[in-house]
Amino acid sequence: MSRSLERIPWWRDRRVLPWIVQGVVGLTLLLVIALLLGNLVRNLTAAGLLLSWRWLGQPASFDVAESLVPFDASMPYWRALLVGLVNSLRAILVGLVGATLLGTAMGMASFSGNGLLRRLARGYVEVIRNIPLLLQLLFWYFVVFLALPNGTAAFQLPGIVLSKSGLYLAWFSQGFSWQGPELVNEVWRAPLRLSVEFSALLTGLITYTGAFVAEVVRGGIASVPKGQWEAATSLGLHWSASMRSVVLPQALRVIVPGLNSQYISLAKNSSLAVAVGYVDLYSVSETTLNQTGRALEVFLLLLGSYLIIDLLISAVMNGVNQLVQIRER
Amino acid sequence: MRPARAAPGSIQRSWAHALRQELFGSPADSLISVLLISTIIAAAFSLVRWALGQAQWAVIQANTTLFAVGRYPVQQQWRLWLLLVLVAALSGLSWGLLRAYPRADRSGQLWPFNDRLAVGLLGFLAAWLPAALALGFPLQWRWCGITALLVAMRWLAGHWGRSWPPGLVKLIPVIWPLLYLFGMVLIAGGLGLPRVSPSEWGGLLLTLLMASFAILLSFPIGVVVALGRRSQLPLLRWSSVLYIEFIRGAPLITLLFLGQNILGYMLPGGWAPDRVWRAAWVLTFFCGAYLAEAVRAGLSAVPPGQLEAARSLGLTMPQALQRVVLPQALRIALPAAVGQFISLLQDTTLLSLIGLLDLLGTARTVMANPEFLGKNAEVYLTLAVLFWCCCAALGLGSRALERRLDPTHSPA
Repeated sequence: MSRSLERIPWWRDRRVLPWIVQGVVGLTLLLVIALLLGNLVRNLTAAGLLLSWRWLGQPASFDVAESLVPFDASMPYWRALLVGLVNSLRAILVGLVGATLLGTAMGMASFSGNGLLRRLARGYVEVIRNIPLLLQLLFWYFVVFLALPNGTAAFQLPGIVLSKSGLYLAWFSQGFSWQGPELVNEVWRAPLRLSVEFSALLTGLITYTGAFVAEVVRGGIASVPKGQWEAATSLGLHWSASMRSVVLPQALRVIVPGLNSQYISLAKNSSLAVAVGYVDLYSVSETTLNQTGRALEVFLLLLGSYLIIDLLISAVMNGVNQLVQIRER
Repeated sequence: MRPARAAPGSIQRSWAHALRQELFGSPADSLISVLLISTIIAAAFSLVRWALGQAQWAVIQANTTLFAVGRYPVQQQWRLWLLLVLVAALSGLSWGLLRAYPRADRSGQLWPFNDRLAVGLLGFLAAWLPAALALGFPLQWRWCGITALLVAMRWLAGHWGRSWPPGLVKLIPVIWPLLYLFGMVLIAGGLGLPRVSPSEWGGLLLTLLMASFAILLSFPIGVVVALGRRSQLPLLRWSSVLYIEFIRGAPLITLLFLGQNILGYMLPGGWAPDRVWRAAWVLTFFCGAYLAEAVRAGLSAVPPGQLEAARSLGLTMPQALQRVVLPQALRIALPAAVGQFISLLQDTTLLSLIGLLDLLGTARTVMANPEFLGKNAEVYLTLAVLFWCCCAALGLGSRALERRLDPTHSPA
């Protein structure tokens, strides 16, 4: 009896087993990683492409169609990559705001008393979610935006002109005078012009992410007990008032964590800009790779940038999450 | 105003009443409804006018083979037809057997309404689609024949499946993977068939192949990594976390970039697969990480008492996981996993960005052809409808499977 207690075979001993399993897994992983990295270093050395960042200072010698940071072809690669990053951030930021507005509206519409509006909101989500984003982006760019009329035939609303050469918006120009778009020699001019590529990317990203945000918002509103609606209504509040001051504040607790992952996927999806010719970080990186052959460095830069963007979004959303939590007294 | 009013139970009246209540309940609602109805009618009208009048569908009709299989050699295309026949026969067989052995979700009807609807839809598609695509008569008959085979197998297995030896029925889940492997051989060559290199695969064939390959292989990866992430052993946990976060932190296109431009440097000379397979492996590991998160959610929804009970009954850890924990966890993870598969099917379109000729890549080469320049709307719309149908069908199938696996659903 005591013999069998003392002598547990090592392959059933709970003190030994974990170490053996971890040892085997760790050794295998180590071997695979060593093999991959060893080959990488050997092959890159042979190709003369071993990790180095000196090429970042060489002139890029390619032009970028639109940029918020001053840039021309004689500037170094790091500057070109910075232009790409700024362009990416611009698309992500505007996309986030747009998708949130559209998604919230659609999510709320799926609780409307109007049956048609409700079904339309559901239909929007079902259509958008089952079609690849890349296909939608190409559709917006080639079928919608590039088919727009130009010159006097362009779509005109007060302060907004939509034409084949871009989206023109009224904005403050020199000093503080509000200035709208105007036609000068058959060409539209305005203080604020968004290129067709940027507009197509934004439209695609916003309508696509908006459908996912709508689902998150719908789930959040559905999580609020029905009694809250009834209580608000019996207090005499309108549909919009009860939504705004009773239901939404409670739904936000559920909505905000869900939004976080949708925002991150919007940030990652913005890299599809390359398909519609908008010069974002990925697009600049691809050009840089083609010119320098520096695959590893470019990949590391891409990976790092998107990782930082993801972390930033998560950090901000965690802060927002703290704000919307219900504070117990 | 009409005598019908006197009959309060009349369906027609209550239906119209509900409609009026929903659409014109208040002045604001009425305004919204009128605006929406007029917008929808105007949009539908102009879409129909465009589709029937202005659109030139010749770009689709002239390139059906290209869209379907890309540049697959013409002399070898009989292999794909054979595969299609086998898949249709086996689908019909499985479908019929599912109905012959009713489970929780069915009342035991041999021909439930949904099935009759599906057969009707299939018949309509087989008759209408080849004609609409202006395929030649031999091809039209081939499609009709394949559909007829599917329905016939469904009918045979449905009516006589119960009297077949049970061994045969149990074989079905084994035949599917075998058919997949055999299909790979048919497509790629081998076993005496001439080789068709992956660079010649294209169109819908490549899209479906990539998606199915990634879905099948990512499943074991996802389960193993999810178990690793919940493991007590720090090394397993941390390596799983690292893998999941690395994949989920990067956009898919940068990972495809890694596969195309860096993987070649990392493998010993001659080991690196060609571009198509490299992309397939990237898709697989990509999907595996997301699937791991879905499975992890399923695992954490299983009460810890289940594992403890299984262990105290004397099951070993692998036995307890395989027989007690995983069946419950995977059932819970099913909706999220299918959602992931749907988005993987959509993500295959990114292959066109790295120069592969998947469905979208093929479409873009077709539109670059001067003969079909500017036919973007027709091509993109067709692709959108195709993807929408595939993804919606996957979603429907997932919901049906969920009902079937639901243990709380009492068998009728």
